[in-house]
Amino acid sequence: MPEAAAWPPQDERSVLGKKIPRLDGPDKVTGRAKYAFDINRPDMLYAKVLGAKHAAATVTEFDPSEAEAMEGVEAIWVQPDIDGKTIHYSGQVLAAVAAVTEEIAEEALHRIHVAYELRDPVTDDTTPEHGGNVDEDVRGSIEDVEQAFEDADVVSSGHYGCATITHCCLEPHGHVAEFRDGDLHIWASTQNVSRYGQGLTDTAELPQDRIHVICEHMGGGFGSKLGDDIWGRAAVHLAKVTGKPVKLLLDRDLEQQIAGSRPSSHADVEIALNNDGEILAWRSHDWGSGGQGGYNRPHLPYTLSNLSPAVMRTQRVATNRGSARAWRAPLHPNGCLITMAALEDAAAAIGMDALEFFLNHVVDLTNNAEAYREELPIAAEMISYQDKAHLRGDETPGPVKRGLGIALHQWGGMGHNSNADVTIHPDGSVEVACGTQDLGTGSRTVLAIVVGETLGLPVDRVHPKIGRNAYPISGASGGSTTIGGISAASRLAAVAARDALFERVAPELGVEPGELEARDGRVQEQGNPENGMSWEEACGVLGVDSLTERGECVPPQAAQAGLISAGAAGCQIADVSVDVETGVVKLNEFVCVQDCGLIVSMETARSQVFGGMIMGVSYALYEEAIYDPVNGVMLNPDLEFYRLASMAEVGDLKVHMMTGPRYDERGVIGLGEPPVIGPGAAISNAIANACGVRVGMMPMTPDRVIQALAEGGKLA
Amino acid sequence: MANDEAKRPGVEGLSRRTFLKSVGAGSVGAGLLPRGGESGAAQAAEAPAVVGPGETSITLSINGETREVSVEPRVTLLDALRNRLDLTGSKKVCDEGTCGACTVLYDGEPAYACSILAMEAEGHEITTVEGLGTPDELSAVQECFVKHDALQCGFCTPGFVVACTAYLRENPEPTPEEAQRGLGGNYCRCGTYAGMREAVLDAARILRGGE
Ligand code: FES
Ligand code: FES
Repeated sequence: MPEAAAWPPQDERSVLGKKIPRLDGPDKVTGRAKYAFDINRPDMLYAKVLGAKHAAATVTEFDPSEAEAMEGVEAIWVQPDIDGKTIHYSGQVLAAVAAVTEEIAEEALHRIHVAYELRDPVTDDTTPEHGGNVDEDVRGSIEDVEQAFEDADVVSSGHYGCATITHCCLEPHGHVAEFRDGDLHIWASTQNVSRYGQGLTDTAELPQDRIHVICEHMGGGFGSKLGDDIWGRAAVHLAKVTGKPVKLLLDRDLEQQIAGSRPSSHADVEIALNNDGEILAWRSHDWGSGGQGGYNRPHLPYTLSNLSPAVMRTQRVATNRGSARAWRAPLHPNGCLITMAALEDAAAAIGMDALEFFLNHVVDLTNNAEAYREELPIAAEMISYQDKAHLRGDETPGPVKRGLGIALHQWGGMGHNSNADVTIHPDGSVEVACGTQDLGTGSRTVLAIVVGETLGLPVDRVHPKIGRNAYPISGASGGSTTIGGISAASRLAAVAARDALFERVAPELGVEPGELEARDGRVQEQGNPENGMSWEEACGVLGVDSLTERGECVPPQAAQAGLISAGAAGCQIADVSVDVETGVVKLNEFVCVQDCGLIVSMETARSQVFGGMIMGVSYALYEEAIYDPVNGVMLNPDLEFYRLASMAEVGDLKVHMMTGPRYDERGVIGLGEPPVIGPGAAISNAIANACGVRVGMMPMTPDRVIQALAEGGKLA
Repeated sequence: MANDEAKRPGVEGLSRRTFLKSVGAGSVGAGLLPRGGESGAAQAAEAPAVVGPGETSITLSINGETREVSVEPRVTLLDALRNRLDLTGSKKVCDEGTCGACTVLYDGEPAYACSILAMEAEGHEITTVEGLGTPDELSAVQECFVKHDALQCGFCTPGFVVACTAYLRENPEPTPEEAQRGLGGNYCRCGTYAGMREAVLDAARILRGGE
């Protein structure tokens, strides 16, 4: 890896880390940006998916003949083993209909006759009663844990948890599939452009090189759009048998039921501590449900890697719910809520101010002590902590109580394997091609910034090309890995292309290639800018041939070269008001101090942090997938009763990005997940600080607040 | 047409739109109605006699142009725009009047295109996000959305842009609190409200002819 690939020093940067407007902004605000859902092809058919009506059942009869006979219905795809199929959750995919209009396809769904034999669903995940084996993890020994609890001045205990929520991408899952001249063209809404075609080869009966994936824009994924899915394969099948393009994107009710959710978590936690605040030991029992499949223990005790002794016991509850998928920062928000709430309860139990407790007794148990020690006072200052803070329970008269709550978070965010090609054309135009995708995170803008910085050009002179599997392979956008992967790959490609250009230009200027620099739209001798030429003149030296260089981000090497690294830490403080008569929680202010190493694009980085905070307010106060306790069916697969926060409900938001020495020199670190981890915990703690009782379960809706107040004898 | 709402025989628990969407082209028995209600056949007798159940050609006035389109009575304005006129700026997210992603101007007023039947829209002036500006010639609201990064994935953005445009026409001088409530009929999943708050106020300033 060339030494010269290292990021330029902070004071020499022209566009890197600056506030550059998002490049695809104008297309998005005018409705010109085409998402998979917006692709219309000649003769295209519309496909709709039939999902199971019941959560636990066996299919005893399946008769699509009436639908098949409808005018306008062109093909029906049916699950291969439909007879006797076991239904595990409502919405489970049974069939898909392709018709000439969307309306006919929808009507046809109602004309498919399905009979079921019902079973009793498992719906209750609030107790570990239906849980599987206990998985135990011990730090130190059980004896040490027991001893610590015996020796402690105080044992603080509580029950904490969060309901299942969905990804709720506004653009649903799915794609448009079209066979043309023997190849398959797919317009997909995906977080994984480069690999999206892999799972479709069998259905398409084509080798991978004949499958062309396109995703110029996509309307949200948050971890749920990493694969092609059963309905994606159904659409390919329908396109194949009809010979026509097929558009299949899920209807909202199915999107909410089957296209991804975050598991619920419940936990009983005990913390042993001394009156002076020293934390001695941790004991927890958690359980939760991610549907039939995955529930893994959230990180417990979250961030407290150095707290020992500790014992964590976990059980998985299999319920008849749509399956969990990676939800932005998997395992972290649940673990953060449970841990930070338990810590704040511990501080309250010994009558200590939460900020003092976190600074003096918590941060040293983490691996980010230095960062948190710097960040917490900044966050406290931003929210005027010292002026507002009080011990648990706002004693001011009247029904509206106000309180503050703190949460710490951390994330890895190491860049993924990624490739990029930078091409310099003789006319001076520049393009960067990378098989990545832009989830709204700013990938396009980031590529243009990195290449522009490297070639000494303004961002609008660089043409980023992304969203096709024909471009150099890049990783899936998951786990905050994209920014590291694509910024390192494009930096390496741009440095190589620049150096190749220098080789050609140097003789013209009578210097060695190593003596040149690309800056301010010129190629010139370092320290002697008079000896140089404009960018266009320099590129003209290439004659008729464009020049392309490949950059590859191999994470360990890129990390060694200082381009990228891992380990983002941040903290958040929320200021809420709780009406103890109605249970309504109002967010007043919410601040986040965030480290993510070197910042490539300040504008989109800040937007990511705001976005994470807002999404967090939404899940902390409003979002919950509700399942019928009797029949297990999801009751609110819509946007009316599955509530997202609206603009007026998220409080005054402030973001501070840690930049400068000690942060910047670490290289680029992913930022998508970190800010979404802490809001539930910070808001839960603020509510407890305000009204004097812990509302253990999230979302902290008025009914739960009222119940907690009643149980704590604090209901006005 | 809005007044017709009151004149039409009401059906409890079943909107005209739901009714028409579910009854469809043929005669469908009550058992096949997706959401409870009365017998489809009984309702069919009360449906407007002049159109349907097949396609009828209608004329819509969209972004200042006259567009012919052939639709069944059950086709929403949103689906007519997206599926038949390739005007895909208006997004389909909830398809039931909750999220605002499909917001258009309907005789200058903001309206959810998913909750209007295409046939109802005849004779009304419809403006979609495509009619407000182009990438090279952004409206003030669009300009401010870009400037304040009031978007991420951008899927909610056209709905917000249209809603914001309509809101500022009625409320040229909103306080920050008023503006937030005024745009409460739209949802964003990516959490772009921070940028949007700045964008709305900045656009208001520009539209008032301010600095
Ligand atoms: S799609 Fe019309 S309001 Fe949601
Ligand atoms: S920008 Fe993605 S939903 Fe609003």
